[in-house]
Formats: sequence, C-alpha cells, structure tokens
Amino acid sequence: MQKFSAFSLARQALGRHLGWQPQWRSVAPKPSYDIIIVGGGGHGLGAAYYLARQHGLRNIAVVERGWLAGGNTARNTTIIRSNYLFEQSSSYYEHALKLWENLSDELNYNVMFSQRGCLMIAHNVHDVQVFKRHVHANRLNGIDNEWLTPEQVKVFCPPLNISPNIRYPVLGGALQRRAGTARHDAVAWGYARAASDLGVDIIENCEVTGIDRDASGRVTGVQTTRGPIRAKKIGVSAAGHSSVVMAMAGIRLPLQINPLQALVSEPVKPAFPCVVMSNTIHAYISQSDKGEMVIGAGTDSYVSYTQRGGLHIPAHTLEAICELVPDFRRLRMLRSWGGITDNTPDRSPITAKTSVPGLYVNCGWGTGGFKATPGAANLFAWTIARDEPHPINAPFTLERFREGTLIDEAAAAAVAH
Amino acid sequence: MLLIACPYCGPRAEIEFAYGGEAHIARPGPEVSEEEWAAFLYLRDNTKGVLAERWRHAHGCGRFFNALRDTRTDRILETYEMGAARPDAKQGEAA
Repeated sequence: MQKFSAFSLARQALGRHLGWQPQWRSVAPKPSYDIIIVGGGGHGLGAAYYLARQHGLRNIAVVERGWLAGGNTARNTTIIRSNYLFEQSSSYYEHALKLWENLSDELNYNVMFSQRGCLMIAHNVHDVQVFKRHVHANRLNGIDNEWLTPEQVKVFCPPLNISPNIRYPVLGGALQRRAGTARHDAVAWGYARAASDLGVDIIENCEVTGIDRDASGRVTGVQTTRGPIRAKKIGVSAAGHSSVVMAMAGIRLPLQINPLQALVSEPVKPAFPCVVMSNTIHAYISQSDKGEMVIGAGTDSYVSYTQRGGLHIPAHTLEAICELVPDFRRLRMLRSWGGITDNTPDRSPITAKTSVPGLYVNCGWGTGGFKATPGAANLFAWTIARDEPHPINAPFTLERFREGTLIDEAAAAAVAH
Repeated sequence: MLLIACPYCGPRAEIEFAYGGEAHIARPGPEVSEEEWAAFLYLRDNTKGVLAERWRHAHGCGRFFNALRDTRTDRILETYEMGAARPDAKQGEAA
C-alpha cells in the first residue's frame, strides 16, 4: 500500500501523478474463506478491516452486489453526531464518534471529518422540552451537548432566521460541538484500502443468491452470481437488502424499508458554518467542502426498493428551509436522489448473532447509519470474531422484539417516520 | 408522487392517502406463543416484488382498502376492498 503523506504527494507530483497505484486489489473469489461479509458499504468494509486489524483474522472476503460503496454509503447526507437519547444508543453512537475522531490517522486516508457542530433547533414548547431532556441525558453520559437560546443560535449559525414572526420560529437549539460531517465515499474507500492491504479480498459485482447450511443448520457458504463460495461464518451488512439476504437463511427481520431522499444545491462559497437539523419542520442542512448545500429530505411512507421517491417530499423540506434560511431561496438544486432505509419498529439498529449458527447481521440502521459507520463496523467485527456481542451492542439484538426490551429512538432519529 | 385508485373515489394523488403497511396480517388469539405474538407485532416480509398493502384515503372518503404494488417499480397493479382476498399478483407484468 502506498502511504499518503506530503512527501509522497510531492514525489508523485514530480512524476506527473503517473505513479499512483490502485487503492485496493480487485480480485476473483477464492473457493473458500473463514469469513464472508455480505455488503461492500462502509459498515461491511469496516467490519472486514477490524476483523483483520483487531482480531488477527486474515482469510476474509467482502462480497458486493454492485460496486463498492454504491448503496446507502453513497446516498446519505454525511452527518455525524452521538446525541441520542437513551444510554444504549448514545453509547453506540459515541463509540462511533470516538473512532471517527481518529479515523483519518488510523487509515492513512483523509475521510474529511469536520467537527463543525450539529445544531438541532426547536420550534415549539414540546421541542424545547425534548431537546433539553436530550441535553441532560447526554451530559449525564459524558457526551457533549448544550442548550442555546435563539440569540446564541444566531451567533453560532448567522444565516438562520430567528424572527419570532415566522411560521415555525426558532425557540432555541441543542448543540453538539463534536458532531459534524465526513466524506461518505472516503470512509468506504479508506476502509477498503486498509482492509485490502491486510489481505481482505474485495469482490464486486458478486450478488449473493443463496446461503448454504449443513444438516445441523450451521452456515457453510454462499451461492453467488460468481459461483459458490464456502465460509465458516457469514456477516450480513446489506442495508436496504438485509431482508432479502436474510430470507435466504429463513430469517424474517423486523424491518420495513422506506425511500429516504436527499438533494444538493449548486456549489457556492462558504455560507453555512455547521450542520442544522430540525425534526419538527423536517429540514437538515450542511455545506459540503465542495460548496453544495447538502439537504436531507424526508422518507416516503411506503415500502419500496426503487431508490427514489415522490417529489412532494423534498418540496416540503425546501419550503421549510426557505423560511428558516431566507438566503437560500435563490439557490438552485442540482440533483436529488433516494436511498432505501431499513427501519426497525423501535428505530434502533440490530448488530447481533442470529438463530442460525455462524450467521450474523448488522441492519436496521434506518435513516441514520452513516454516522455509526466505524462503530457499527468495529462492534460487528467483534461480534463475528468472538461469537458474542461487545457490551455496547449487546442490547441491539433480534430478541428484543420478543422480550419487549425495545430501545425507542424514534424521536432522536430526526427523520419524521 | 403515486397515483392511487381508491376503490370508492377513483384515482387520486398519493398525498390524499395514509400508508398502512403490509396487508392480510391476522391478529392471533390469546393462546399463541411469545414468538408468534412478536411475529404478529413486528415481523414483516418487506417484500421485494409484489406486495399487498393497506392504504387509507385519509383526505377523501376516509376508508381503508388494499393495493397490490410492485416494490421494485412502485407500479400499482390493483386496488381492492378490505376483506376481499388477495387477487393473484400479475408477476410477469410487474417485472
């Protein structure tokens, strides 16, 4: 693996940048692996990396139906935060946030992590009470979060309209200063590069069509569009297609997928200093390093695998944003897209063993999986390697839906669904 | 935006409707096991293909009805009244 540094950049510049090597090996599948990760997004590639790096396992493959990080990794709004309400969730997201803080150094790959702060604004008495509860809950758990008055909100994010006379006035906001954004592609590419360097095979254009099991029920491998591959353990991290893949092993998941849309404006000069989210009017915005306003719209209500949605959903978000940030009225929207989000009934993820020996699942990240990427990858790898959950992801089981030990984060997930 | 044919009012825009999730899920009696009760409450097929689902014409007649929709294309194949059996899904046409 070529090391990235100021020196390597200068040396390659002298060679007119003709000496760069591919970032990861693209290989054909071998007949057999110890572990196969199904799904080559950030979570899956990261899990393969941590299995190799932290658990010393080497004979690992990541199989991806399409191309690397072309699913939900490429279709989110790149926001990172850990200000969830319940201790189980905030611990999980905080674990991820701590890994984000060191990720560029660890991977020798600039994931463009930018802790510019995430401001969740309140528009009514109920919002104020809920967000203050979040602030207190987070602080009790050692996670930074603070309450800002409308005037303090205006100082932190000057483009916001804090007039009390608008339809949804700003009554304050909860600010997590350590929150921010990262480059969505870069985290996947960085993990792919580092995992490949540790011997992980990354196999693209390889759709899993079946999961093989022996007489005892234990997994023995997968059937793919590139032939059968044997494996002792299989970890499924297939985001919107988790239900489809797990059904191949006879497992029904408590998931329903919905399209979630996002859009970006034309690029402009730096004009928006932080991430702003509003659950009530459903708007969330940040500015990319390229200058685009990255805007998260809402979910469509119905189950769909189409990776698109109705135009009335982003239109609703844009109406709210034009009121909240009047400067943005003249921005042109360049493109919009949809991802498919796998939502659980309690809006918390599942990172767990399953009832099938050797089969593990990481799913149900719904509308919020990007922020969790390093944490989910790290804990999924732990669960697969040790055949037991780490204490942080131990509550995030499939059994919680039978036991009733739900982790109801519908309010913290920030997308109205 | 989907164009949805309410069986009572005819084709209307999606924003007049509320989604009700998978259709034809019968509530089990009190004798069932914890697993069956959890499955009724939480497990859904999340079908990739033709899905029978419930809609409510919330801003119209207010009535519930069912629809067959292909979740790969969002194309609605058929709508039918609550209580009616699921019509045969036209698989070939849907793909």
